[in-house]
Amino acid sequence: MEESSSNVLSSEKSGKMKRTKKRNKGEGDGDEEEEQVFNFNKPADKGDDDEDLSDSEDSVYSGLEDSGSDSEEREEGSHDDDDEDDDDEDDADGEQSQQTEDKKKGSEGEDEKKADEYEHDSSDEEDIRNTVGNIPMEWYKDFPHIGYDLDGKKIYKPIRNKDELDDFLDKMENPDYWRTVHDKQTESDIVLSDEQVELVKRLQRGQFGDVSFNEYQPSVEFFSNEVMLHPVTNRPADKRSFIPSLTEKEKVSKLVHAIKMGWIKPRRVEDDSRGRYYDLWATEDSSILAQHKMHLPAPKIPLPGHQESYNPPPEYLFTDEERALWEQQDPSDRKLPFVPKKFSSLRQVPAFPRFIHERFERCLDLYLCPRQRKMRVNVNPEDLIPKLPKPKDLQPFPTTQSLVYRGHSGLVRSISVSPSGQWLASGSDDGSVRFWEVCSSRCVKTVQVGGAVKSVAWNPNPSVCLLAVALDSVVLIVSPSLADKQVISASERLLAGQQEEEPSEGAGPVWSETEGEELSQGIRLKIQHPKAVHQVAWHAKGDYLASVMPDHSSNLQVFIHQLSRRRSQNPFRKNKGLVQCVSFHPVRPYFFVATQRSVRIYNLVKQEMTKKLQANSKWISSMAVHPGGDHVICGSYDCRLSWFDLDLSTKPYKMLRHHKKAVRGVAYHRSYPLFASASDDGSVIVCHGTVYNDLLQNPLIVPVKVLRGHVITHDLGVLDVTFHPTQPWIFSSGADATIRLFT
Amino acid sequence: MGGLQKKKFERGAATNYITRNRARKKLMLSLPDFRRLCILKGIYPHEPKHKKKVNKGSTAPRTFYLMKDIRFLLHEPIVGKFREYKIFVRKLKKAYGKTEWSTVERLRENKPTYKLDHIIKERYPSFIDALRDIDDALCMCFLFSTFARTGKCHVQTIQLCRRLTVEWMNYVIASRSLRKVFISIKGIYYQAEVMGQLITWLVPYQFSHDHPTDVDYRVMATFTEFYTTLLGFVNFRLYHSLNLLYPPKVCRAPKLIPGLQSILLFLIEQKLSALSASLARVVSSAEEEEAELDQFPEDMEKMEAREKEQKQQEAQRKMFQGLKFFLNREVPRESLAFVIRCFGGEVSWDKSICIGSTYDVTDETITHHIVDRPNIDKQYINRYYIQPQWVYDCVNAKILLPVEDYFIGVTLPPHLSPFVEEKEGDYVPPEKLKIMALQRGENPGVNEEEEEDEEEEEDDNADEEEDDEEEEEEEAEEKNLKEMEDQRSQGKSLQVKVTPGKVKVENPARLEQEEKAEEKRLAIMMMKKKEKYLYDKIMFGKKRKVREANKLAAKRKAHDDAEKAKKKKARK
Repeated sequence: MEESSSNVLSSEKSGKMKRTKKRNKGEGDGDEEEEQVFNFNKPADKGDDDEDLSDSEDSVYSGLEDSGSDSEEREEGSHDDDDEDDDDEDDADGEQSQQTEDKKKGSEGEDEKKADEYEHDSSDEEDIRNTVGNIPMEWYKDFPHIGYDLDGKKIYKPIRNKDELDDFLDKMENPDYWRTVHDKQTESDIVLSDEQVELVKRLQRGQFGDVSFNEYQPSVEFFSNEVMLHPVTNRPADKRSFIPSLTEKEKVSKLVHAIKMGWIKPRRVEDDSRGRYYDLWATEDSSILAQHKMHLPAPKIPLPGHQESYNPPPEYLFTDEERALWEQQDPSDRKLPFVPKKFSSLRQVPAFPRFIHERFERCLDLYLCPRQRKMRVNVNPEDLIPKLPKPKDLQPFPTTQSLVYRGHSGLVRSISVSPSGQWLASGSDDGSVRFWEVCSSRCVKTVQVGGAVKSVAWNPNPSVCLLAVALDSVVLIVSPSLADKQVISASERLLAGQQEEEPSEGAGPVWSETEGEELSQGIRLKIQHPKAVHQVAWHAKGDYLASVMPDHSSNLQVFIHQLSRRRSQNPFRKNKGLVQCVSFHPVRPYFFVATQRSVRIYNLVKQEMTKKLQANSKWISSMAVHPGGDHVICGSYDCRLSWFDLDLSTKPYKMLRHHKKAVRGVAYHRSYPLFASASDDGSVIVCHGTVYNDLLQNPLIVPVKVLRGHVITHDLGVLDVTFHPTQPWIFSSGADATIRLFT
Repeated sequence: MGGLQKKKFERGAATNYITRNRARKKLMLSLPDFRRLCILKGIYPHEPKHKKKVNKGSTAPRTFYLMKDIRFLLHEPIVGKFREYKIFVRKLKKAYGKTEWSTVERLRENKPTYKLDHIIKERYPSFIDALRDIDDALCMCFLFSTFARTGKCHVQTIQLCRRLTVEWMNYVIASRSLRKVFISIKGIYYQAEVMGQLITWLVPYQFSHDHPTDVDYRVMATFTEFYTTLLGFVNFRLYHSLNLLYPPKVCRAPKLIPGLQSILLFLIEQKLSALSASLARVVSSAEEEEAELDQFPEDMEKMEAREKEQKQQEAQRKMFQGLKFFLNREVPRESLAFVIRCFGGEVSWDKSICIGSTYDVTDETITHHIVDRPNIDKQYINRYYIQPQWVYDCVNAKILLPVEDYFIGVTLPPHLSPFVEEKEGDYVPPEKLKIMALQRGENPGVNEEEEEDEEEEEDDNADEEEDDEEEEEEEAEEKNLKEMEDQRSQGKSLQVKVTPGKVKVENPARLEQEEKAEEKRLAIMMMKKKEKYLYDKIMFGKKRKVREANKLAAKRKAHDDAEKAKKKKARK
């Protein structure tokens, strides 16, 4: 308090001095006002005394304290002013200058009691001569004043007529221009002193404002780990430090509630990544194994071959064509997913561009690709070949071509061997029937019949020697007289059987005896049919003869002729399909009729159908009946040969697809277990077919020989095939106009 | 009659399978989550035997999962974690939206995580099962460990992959179980035999990857997540089987100083990845004793064969023992160091390339200096300067090959794949034959071989000629006969002439062969349709193989001929 009072005193003193000064100024007339203001702005230009004074003053103070003390001083100064204002009404113009003077004086006064000042100085307030506060000063730009002083009186702007030019001149001429600062609040320019400039520079450099301050002086550690003997402050502890805090309690209870309700979870314990692994398979559990029954492990990636090497052998590199092909192919069709490349050294090998792709595709395969257990057939192909008895053990059978019968000029459609096995008859498209001696291949007789011969059949009865020939719509009975006299006479007798005069039924065949030249050739009987005859077949006894006239539309397809009585009859009332061929059962009164897709068996005594065999082929071409009578083979134009076991089923017991082309003829051997098939591919295949008496045992069928020899002409190969009645020989006739004997 | 009519597709195959979409709905998962679950649990679609029945009469292409598998997934605890994660993301988003940073922090702290341990145990009930399936894991981890930090995956994943692969390589070195190496254009294939399982993995070359845009890295990341866990457990078990410390430590490791622990850990990792130091053991024993097999008197031959094989393997393991290698800076350091150390060699490199080099270039005891440049300035006398392929070829051949073919600047012999095992009838490149001869202990000179080849060729030609002659004779005879027949058929009288008959020499062996061939042909005719089809297919495949082998042989021959011609020209 003392100090403040002393301050007041000093200010009063300064006030007095001010007044005197003011009076001096007051003496100056009104027009001096301007000048005064000007003076205020540039105190340096003012009287020499003043300047000196301020200089000395500045040199004493260092900036920081200056500003602080300054403000305080001024405050008091203003108090003084107030007092003064009470005393004498001063004009506003003078006041400002007065203020500055006041400041100077104040600081002068301070000079004397510097030490005291520092002790008490805690004020860092702004210069508040103007009370408008911290507002943008442009709000006052339209007013003559710039704010109010502490008494609420207007502070008028100094009258300035400084324009840009003046400013510029000032800048050029005034040596102190650089240290002049404009104060917005008071609209005045202040020239900084040397000390103040020095202070600014120090602050800019980041140094302490006080020159004398030692920033490196040893610090006293008040708060260290060592417990001090005495407390830092002497202040007794607060009461609140002994009482539990209510706010804290509230907060804690909130947290406790949140934890209880599970809203806040305790912080998770971070498990160290290094200790993450342990012995997972320490105890092997077999129970889990059971879950993996359906598991199909993914196949491993195939291992690379030589092609993938960075330096492969030269044969694995692509040639130009291979490369072009590779580029053309669709990526999924390529054999290799990459082009083999050769690098002369390891350092030249680049990164593989599709590496990540391939890895990714593997990933996709692993989780997206449907898996299936595929049974890979791991069989030795040799094991697939059926084990059959060796053909060697199944001899005899024809193996080599031994004779060729030449003489026909057209394709030989049909052949037949005499029951004695000495003679062979053949009918050809050249309109002749030739008789050959089997052993010598000599043609002993030629009968010109005047038309393409469709079928020839030797009478199976050994006591007669007759041949049935089918051509156009005629069936001829020829007696070749190639036997001893007894046989010839027997056959004459048969032919001479009286003819039953029957009322001809119009469509029925007409029997007639031949005369003249035909008779001399040996043609004895002519049976005129209403349509073209395709096939003739004898009954085993040799009295009955069947002829086939295939026709879609009528029931007149088959006739059975009785030679001894010269009688013909049509056994069928209905058309059951296009008849291909017919055959008699060798011992029983059965009659086999092969239509396009099936074989019908009729009982001739009971006059009814007993069986219908499904051939499972498109178009039956030929048929043969086993001499035992229980088995039938059918050849078809779709390259198949079906074997029927009549006791077993109506379906084929076996289908043989040996031929490449249509099967034209099939035949059984009369005594040996052999059968053969002839085909358009020019081959005759001889098979061994044992038939057992035991019903439980199925027939054994083994192909034993493929016979070749016929030349394929006009896409036709072998047309007919027949066995020798006693020897294991086979005859075949072909489209190349030859007949061949294989023995 | 009577009773309820059975409805279609309510029993049998149709109920055993479920389509993917239905499975997803049943599990109440989004497609990405379902995918993750399938990858982690190893669930894959099954191809039903009868697709139409399963697809309820429709033939539309659909993928089917086994109903049992999906039911099995229903009880998976990880499904719950997926949902939790979904919720977590939602909460986090909300907190972000409200700028509640404390909530964000708290949520982040409690981010739901899951462990895959139980899944691994479930998928691989025994350790051998896990080993059998580790191929893909290794390939994937090796790939990920070469990724740069490009944001394609988490940096932690990359680091973990690197750590695990380094551990794996160190194990292979310690157990000396590497068997085969193959440098392909894709990368380097390694094959190791671990506990009787052959494990093959592919390491890409050390280049930065050109990341493709059509690859879904999320799928790969999920796989990697699973594989790293698997590989970690496998490594743990393998290290313990060798009495090694896990996580691995280098022998003679500096003592840990508390303050510098993290730096040291990093250093150890670096050292490990250098592959030059041996690992610390739990029990410091010098050599493990191998359990000797008891003698079984029954099958001596087998035993002998096995013993022989074992001896060979032992020899292979110590192939590089006593050799000192030095790697020049341009060769792939990691791969070569790995291979050489696997077979007992010592290896070092320039200090500036990598940590862990053990000796300098100037070391006089270096036996092999591996160089991959056309020439080198300063050469030391007492060491071989060879190209890196020598090391790999030696490993595959299981013997030390002659170094002459691999000197600096020499054209290298082709590098062959050790994974190809030629069966009878397959094409074998001549280089392989050469190596096989070397393995047998023969030393075929190059010239000799060529001569042999030529001789063989001549023999072949001679055979062919003989055949030709015979055929010609037959043809001539047939011609004669035909002429005669023609004449006869034309009705001309034959020029009757008696010529002395020739004795037809019949080759009984040949006859027999022919007979057999015919027998076979006839038997083939009797085959059933199904079997015939199969037989034809097999025979077609066989023929194609033969054709390919012939093609390769022809190509090689053409190439060799061209080379020879070039040489001759050069000589002239």
